[in-house]
Amino acid sequence: MSENFRLDKGGLINRNKKISFKFNGKKYLGYEGDTLASALIANGVHLVGRSFKYHRPRGFFGAGVDEPYAIVQMNRNNQVDPNVKATEQELFEGLEAKSVNCWPNVDFDIGAINNFLNKFFPAGFYYKTFMWPKSFWHKVYEPIIRKAAGFGTASIKHDKERYEHKYEYCDLLITGSGPSGLASAYAAAQNGAKVILAEDKSRFGGSLLTSEVTIGNQSGQEWSQKIISELKSMPNVIVKNRSQVFGYYDHNMLVMSERISDHLPKSEKYTPKQRLWYIRAKEVIISSGSIERPLVFGNNDTPGVILSSAAKEYLKIYGVLVGKKPLVFTNNDSGYETAIEFKKNGIDPIVLDTRKDSNSEIIKEAKDLNINIKFSYVVVTAKGYKKVKSADITKISDDKKNISTIENVNCDCICVSGFWTPTIHLASQSGNKTKFKEEIDAFIPSQSKQKETTLGSANGIFTLEETLNTSFEKGNDLSKQITNKENKISVPTVVEKKYSKHDKFWCVPLPKGKNYKRFLDFQNDVTVSDIQLALREGYRSIEHVKRYTTLGMATDQGKTSNLNGLQLVSDFENKVVPQVGHTTFRPPYTSVSIGAIVGREIGIHSKPTRKSPMHHWHEKNNAVFVDAGVWLRPRYYKHGSENLFEASKREAKNVRQNVGVCDVTTLGKIDIKGPDSAEFLNRVYTNAWLKLPVGKARYGVMLREDGIVMDDGTTTRISENHYHMTTTTAQAANVLSHLEYYLQLVWPELNVNVVSSTEQWAGAAIAGPKSRDVLQKLFPDLDVTNEGLPFMGYREGNLFGVNAKIYRISFSGELAYEVNVESDNGNYMWEKIMEIGKEFNIQPYGTEALSTLRIEMGHVAGSELDGRTIPYDNSLDGLVSKKKDFIGKRSLNKTAYVAPDRQKVVGVVPLDKKTSIPEGSYIVRDAKAKLPNPKLGHVSASCWSVEYDNPFSLAIIKDGKNMIGQKLFAMSPLKNKIIPVEIVSSHYVDPKGERVRS
Amino acid sequence: MLYIKCPHCGLRSQNEFSYGGDATVKRPELNKEISDQDWDNFVYLRKSPRGKHLELWQHISGCRQWIKVERDTLTHEIFKTLKANEEL
Ligand SMILES: [Zn+2]
Repeated sequence: MSENFRLDKGGLINRNKKISFKFNGKKYLGYEGDTLASALIANGVHLVGRSFKYHRPRGFFGAGVDEPYAIVQMNRNNQVDPNVKATEQELFEGLEAKSVNCWPNVDFDIGAINNFLNKFFPAGFYYKTFMWPKSFWHKVYEPIIRKAAGFGTASIKHDKERYEHKYEYCDLLITGSGPSGLASAYAAAQNGAKVILAEDKSRFGGSLLTSEVTIGNQSGQEWSQKIISELKSMPNVIVKNRSQVFGYYDHNMLVMSERISDHLPKSEKYTPKQRLWYIRAKEVIISSGSIERPLVFGNNDTPGVILSSAAKEYLKIYGVLVGKKPLVFTNNDSGYETAIEFKKNGIDPIVLDTRKDSNSEIIKEAKDLNINIKFSYVVVTAKGYKKVKSADITKISDDKKNISTIENVNCDCICVSGFWTPTIHLASQSGNKTKFKEEIDAFIPSQSKQKETTLGSANGIFTLEETLNTSFEKGNDLSKQITNKENKISVPTVVEKKYSKHDKFWCVPLPKGKNYKRFLDFQNDVTVSDIQLALREGYRSIEHVKRYTTLGMATDQGKTSNLNGLQLVSDFENKVVPQVGHTTFRPPYTSVSIGAIVGREIGIHSKPTRKSPMHHWHEKNNAVFVDAGVWLRPRYYKHGSENLFEASKREAKNVRQNVGVCDVTTLGKIDIKGPDSAEFLNRVYTNAWLKLPVGKARYGVMLREDGIVMDDGTTTRISENHYHMTTTTAQAANVLSHLEYYLQLVWPELNVNVVSSTEQWAGAAIAGPKSRDVLQKLFPDLDVTNEGLPFMGYREGNLFGVNAKIYRISFSGELAYEVNVESDNGNYMWEKIMEIGKEFNIQPYGTEALSTLRIEMGHVAGSELDGRTIPYDNSLDGLVSKKKDFIGKRSLNKTAYVAPDRQKVVGVVPLDKKTSIPEGSYIVRDAKAKLPNPKLGHVSASCWSVEYDNPFSLAIIKDGKNMIGQKLFAMSPLKNKIIPVEIVSSHYVDPKGERVRS
Repeated sequence: MLYIKCPHCGLRSQNEFSYGGDATVKRPELNKEISDQDWDNFVYLRKSPRGKHLELWQHISGCRQWIKVERDTLTHEIFKTLKANEEL
């Protein structure tokens, strides 16, 4: 297909480089420098999608970020990219895109039947229709809505592209490279300020690229390019195109998404697709410009109805005609710029001006060019289904209430101009209370809340001269306060046309007997009658009207619809717009890809991975790893074809019978020093610590102030004023903060210092009846007898040349020792243990066997200390001192905590001694009781007891103390199991604890 | 993201800190009689003011010091930051 709508010359595209691309499977040609939109229009393609609710044909409405219609699904480098605006997507060789929201295809869309069933789609349709019958929601309504909704299909495949995050600091962040952005950036850069200038589009210059103005002795376009190249050469300036500042957050933190590779067929090696910038700026200049407002009339969503500024941009930047028989419908002078541009390119436009008359410079110019101008004229409705074919137009009375006879004129596009809406989103996000400016019928920023200044048309200033004057001045003022340097530059003289006032008129009344749809929100299909219905139904607050009708709630966030909606509500209510107020602007200003937000924090990088110094040994010995917080720990070591169950049983059994070794490096370790350490521990732990001798360890439990168990572990007195605390792997960081809190804020008089030493020590737990034999061989000089190194004793030793710390503590319930060496020596220690232990049948064991060992011993761990239990619940009440005070003690008096039938940990054994009880099962008295079956408690941990060779679980149940011997049921609705069980003591193996002391 | 001036380290982004709640709460003294009501108030009751609030933050990825921050809960403006042992 040839480019019938491309002019022979003109525009900023590279005519020497043709580019072929595919849209909806069909091949087309465009030029380098085109957007997908400009290339499609050049090829006469105006039907690109279907609307959200009624599935009406949709074309192009804008030429940039404000585009509500032309959202396509991209296929780039074998990856799909949904929700891409064709007006923003730059053309590249081999680009493939397709329409969304239509089935089976854009030309014949089955959903368009909604258009004729529109009685079913009034305002509040979702609320009214889908409320009953209730059971229909899941089965009928939701699937249908989900199928019809949305603007694209996300891929379920892994996104192979790379996205990055960057943190940056600057003196001035300037958002937009139009005249105000360029002038303020230039002035600030001259004063030596660190400036970031961000431009959303690929080309710098904003409105200067398309306006007929002179700055100094250059055209606006030439001047903008000169300034940009100067800024680019300055070391204190970062100039970024394809970069949208989309969010203004607290304390002058702004976030910008940079589309680095989206305009290329594929990302270059080592180059991300997009980069998210977190920018902390001392000052922010919002130079985001303004967006043209549409005019509202019948069928104003028909493809071919387009913003007049967009039509001009397609002409001036891309050399593309949006039509060959254009109608320009305007309430202000801007429409004439477009008309003149058409005329200059040999196309005869008709201008319909809603104003009675006007004699400004530009209208004189249009008249001189013999452009057909009809004053006091409006478009009543566009005609044509998939493309504008003609328009019904008419004369309108001065009070804009009455229309006269309808005339039909042939046209293939209608360029609408309803004056300008300043882009105040960022200012509003920063907390700026905006104000309504009567002269321009729009909101502009007023009192700054953060360090933001809005300039140019974003601030409601529409003359270039004033924009440049204020922008040079502000750029200078703001930067010199930061740099204490002033290098003032003279403002160039500006030649521009003076404009006359716009007409306060946006919505054309319907002719008698006609019921044309007049669209306000083009993306969410919200019409004038929807707003009127909402108001008739009693909605008054603009926030409610918005939610009820969904006005401005689409992905374009009402960039082209909000003000017309407000105008309509205020007209209907006989109020003025500022009384109605506008809805809240929230970030992001425009769609941001999830990939950019996530950045590099995906997959393995989503969190840090911590590995013990023995990790490689575990890997080499077929360890299967499990996540323990951010640590990787061996879960079991696979022998041959063993599964988890078989391997962990073998490992646990070997500990009970011979000796095993477990990597306990991950345990949290805190070094505590200072003369008041004993007193501090005495306040932190529930048991007594003042009399712990040097060389001894003690098990302790610490509570939160509300009496709930926070953590447990052993702490060893290394020397008079030096202690070594261990915490659980999971709570290590919290416990350290907890200790710091009390030392720094509550008891600063205690002379104690704490520091994490988790990373400094590698630990191995040697457990089992033969562990003493192993220890003796590891430390030949050490007295390892029960007298020489008793239970809870601590010694230092020399392990084949490296210093080691030996703690006789046990988690498995067997005779056991924990040996710590400096991390660098961890692997050396491990290999020595394995070598020496060989003759005693030593085997490494993982966390699964470790769990088995502790469960059958009735040692509580994370699944019991779950943030809901007190010491009593865990049978730890023996460790609660009656004499001294400690953190959380006062809470233990609470009525619920001392209730006679308080929950307590118990053991659970299935009656058949075969069926494993799923963790999380409920314990109930009567398996057949009416639902909801009153539960006595839950199963917290399950294992296969290697001692008795049957399943065993721990459970925390109501009145656990008096439940021993009872026959109850474990129910798992999730696994659909009901298991008859007997409640036994939680200390299933070695209840007297003789082994650890042996 | 807030920008918090750690009295020990200087201006740092919020993601280096962790929030610690109301800084005006005083833990009752150890070994001292206290009514159930007073204890419960200490453990559970916190004011949630709209406006100025003196609160604790810990510079957890920095100097690890607990600091006091006077912040407006509505506007997020930070008026003052103090060391643990300083009073407003
Ligand atoms: Zn700090």
